[in-house]
Amino acid sequence: MSLPFLLEIGTEEIPDWMVEGALEQLEEQLGNVFQINKLPPAKLTKDGTPRRLILQSPMFPAGRPDIVTPEDGPLVSVGERAAQGFAKKYGVSVTELKVFDSPVGPKYRVDKRVPGESMLQILERSLEEVVLGIRWPKSMYWGEWGGPRFIRPIRWIVALLGDEVVPFEIAGVKSGNVTSGHRILGSAQIQVTIENYEQKLRENFVILSAKEREERIRAGIGKASDDDLLRTLVYLTEYPSVISGTFDKEYLKLPAEVLVTVMKHHQKYFAVYENGQLANRFLAVTNTDGDPDGLIRRGNERVLRARFNDAKFFWETDQKKKLADRVADLAHVTFQAKLGSYLEKTDRIKTLVKELGGDNHGVRAAELCKTDLTTELVKEFTELQGVVGGLYAREQGEPEEVWTAIYDHYKPVSMEDSIPRNNAGQLVSIADKLDTLRGCFGIGLIPTGSKDPFALRRAAQGIVKILVEGKLRFPIRKLLNNDAKLEEFLLDRIRYYFKDIRGFQYDEVNAILASGWNDLVDVEERLVAIQAVRPTEDFEPLAASFKRIQNILKQAQFTGDGGAIDASLLEPGPETDLYREFQNVRGTLANLPYRPALESIASLRPKVDLFFDKVLVNAPDPKIRHNRLTLLHTLLAEFSTIADFSEIVTNT
Amino acid sequence: MDSYQEIIFKLKKYWSDRGCIIQEPYDLEVGAGTMCPETFLRVLGPKPYRVAYVQPSRRPADGRYGENPNRLYKHMQLQVILKPAPNDVIEQYLGSLAAIGIDLKKHDIKFEEDNWEAPTLGAWGVGWQVMLDGLEITQFTYFQQCGGIDLDLVPAELTYGLERLTAFLQVKDSVYDIEWAPGVSYRDVRFADEVQFSVYNFEMADVATLWKLFDLHEGEAARLLGEFRKLEKPLPDGRGSETVSGDKRRFPLLPTYEHVLKCSHLFNTLDARGAISVTERVAVIARVRKLAVGVAEAWVSQQTADELVEAVQ
Repeated sequence: MSLPFLLEIGTEEIPDWMVEGALEQLEEQLGNVFQINKLPPAKLTKDGTPRRLILQSPMFPAGRPDIVTPEDGPLVSVGERAAQGFAKKYGVSVTELKVFDSPVGPKYRVDKRVPGESMLQILERSLEEVVLGIRWPKSMYWGEWGGPRFIRPIRWIVALLGDEVVPFEIAGVKSGNVTSGHRILGSAQIQVTIENYEQKLRENFVILSAKEREERIRAGIGKASDDDLLRTLVYLTEYPSVISGTFDKEYLKLPAEVLVTVMKHHQKYFAVYENGQLANRFLAVTNTDGDPDGLIRRGNERVLRARFNDAKFFWETDQKKKLADRVADLAHVTFQAKLGSYLEKTDRIKTLVKELGGDNHGVRAAELCKTDLTTELVKEFTELQGVVGGLYAREQGEPEEVWTAIYDHYKPVSMEDSIPRNNAGQLVSIADKLDTLRGCFGIGLIPTGSKDPFALRRAAQGIVKILVEGKLRFPIRKLLNNDAKLEEFLLDRIRYYFKDIRGFQYDEVNAILASGWNDLVDVEERLVAIQAVRPTEDFEPLAASFKRIQNILKQAQFTGDGGAIDASLLEPGPETDLYREFQNVRGTLANLPYRPALESIASLRPKVDLFFDKVLVNAPDPKIRHNRLTLLHTLLAEFSTIADFSEIVTNT
Repeated sequence: MDSYQEIIFKLKKYWSDRGCIIQEPYDLEVGAGTMCPETFLRVLGPKPYRVAYVQPSRRPADGRYGENPNRLYKHMQLQVILKPAPNDVIEQYLGSLAAIGIDLKKHDIKFEEDNWEAPTLGAWGVGWQVMLDGLEITQFTYFQQCGGIDLDLVPAELTYGLERLTAFLQVKDSVYDIEWAPGVSYRDVRFADEVQFSVYNFEMADVATLWKLFDLHEGEAARLLGEFRKLEKPLPDGRGSETVSGDKRRFPLLPTYEHVLKCSHLFNTLDARGAISVTERVAVIARVRKLAVGVAEAWVSQQTADELVEAVQ
């Protein structure tokens, strides 16, 4: 008989960003139990709030029947002793052994029997491991050292199969049928059944479904929206309500960036815009059933006022010293112990921007870009570095080209983020990141596995994105100090960008990069071309032929000796035809854009096929053989400048 | 409306009723209640302990000449240590808020992830900042390590920001306006030292003198730790081990630790004075940490010696 199932792990407040991941793992762990016990996968639903992780299923199987698996033993001819040993291993007597005919003669066989278990038994012995099997980004002990670890202390467990409690225990907490409501508004101990579980919790101010909590918040915030913040608040509350507060219009004189940072990052409020302008209002999400007396609103308004006051104070203090006068102060701000101060870094960025062809605006932006690190506002709101520098530069009369470059120079901070909006910003950003990469690789600070304290992957990824999307055509490879590890590192990021972000096929990316990646705009153009030509009839077969050519050359250990093809040694027919066609195509390639060029190369296919059909490369006459290898080698070399076709994975 | 001191009385009474020793503030400059021996040393080892105390906490860099309504050079923390943390520790904590007149049903309380780490103490834990209507009122931490040592019993540390909490309860925008005692404001009591210490820390503290003091205290702490380590070495023939054990038990580790605390505070003052570059910073933190970790290790060793003697007796 199948039964419904409910598991609720009641904890102290789990960090909001970990809840979804934990639920996925919990589901996976329980799925493993099903797999190990050879049970058909069960349908599971997951729910989570800050204080509980829940798995439910409308139907769990009744249990697992006996599992019988035949195990082969020794040859009968080996003798009695071996048979006894084999029988003993499986806990049966020799007379219970079966004999069957194997290809090498009669062998013993035994039916290994794992006795069946009820679902309750399986769960009883598995659930502790299932729960503790969640791998948390950071876990803790509670109670005594050496006990179980979890993200926060486990305080109750509900585990029901039908009407029955699945008995198990974690760190002294026994499973049962008693849950707990909202910390403040609900009852601390609530007896539940699977049928009334969700309803009982709702009566006790816990909305189980994250989706429903999200809808409640969405309904309250209207047009104000911010997906990251929304998700945070969904997992910070069990019973969300939205309240609206205001602040003095006076504060709107501060830059919107600062106000929004305070509201969003420090206070977790939604900022409100009216007609595209920041309004003097905010929306806060509480874990309460409304705010009938307005006490919560007033409290939040007071906190926001204090924070805005701080920001205003810092803003005004910072204006007393211009960015230009702060450059020298950067000597006292360390970039990295071995790589010196930010003043030294600034000098290097300036030099690089010049090398990259930056104009006066670019150089000026480079000079000022790090100065905001000495301002009070950035010390307080580190996430606004760059932005604050840009705003101060604007305030202090720097040209738009300069202040926007400073403002943008940390961009892109992710693959979803945009690149700096103007050329100066793009160059400063690349120079800054390149300097960090060269410096860190130079002193051996190379990311390993998940350890990347200087965010070098992000820096490299940013460079790639700016080069491609900013259509900047300078030879990036030449700027890597001939550092082989750094080249490999950047190449990895280039591959990732085109493959995972842009969605090109991995073999196309490999084929294009194998033909060079000095100019990433060019790489993109070649990729677009190969992607377009790929579905045409001749392309993949030709790629297969190129692979064949490569193999032939490899087997012959022929790497080309600079010798030209001797036309007089060519056999009339397919060989001469191929040669002529090759010369025709080669003649046209130079003036063609990539796509027609590739199409042109692909058009060689029938001739290549015919050549392989009719001509023996490995001719008995060494001179002819050498000439044929030279022909193939030349063909391969001349036609691999756009892409290395042998990297294309084909079905043929 | 309760005065500042009334709120403190109530909180002390509340925790006293829950088995806490009510200690008085430690009589040395510290940056946080955590640094007092009542926390830093008592959380080590297997003995349960419960204590609560108000600790004036000095953060030279946070001084604002009395001009900022929310930032203070010296603020008061109510520090509560429950070792081991009881199962209903959060309920007990919420009870303390009710005890000072906060009707939780009318307010919004959230526990937001905030893991705590004190690099100079080799200490860290996981926990939350407790937010009341958007205001951080308490730091709640389950200690995991202290002085680089794994803790046998995981303590809960509750650190209440008393000025903020009072400003909240008294509905004041500035901490200087809160009523300390009937008719007496926080400004009346504390304004002068906020101004004067800001002037000293930011403008007048003599950097050379502070460094000299730092070196002296560091030297003394290191010397004492060296002396203690000599007692740790087993004698080759086992002779005199009882004397050694006796010497170990009476060894002045608490005074040693005071020199470490002096270093920590001098470091903070030098930092506020702008005398420590970012590079140096890391190195100086490491120097203080080395001493703090040394004291923690010695303390555990001394406690073990005590237990051995107790076991024999």
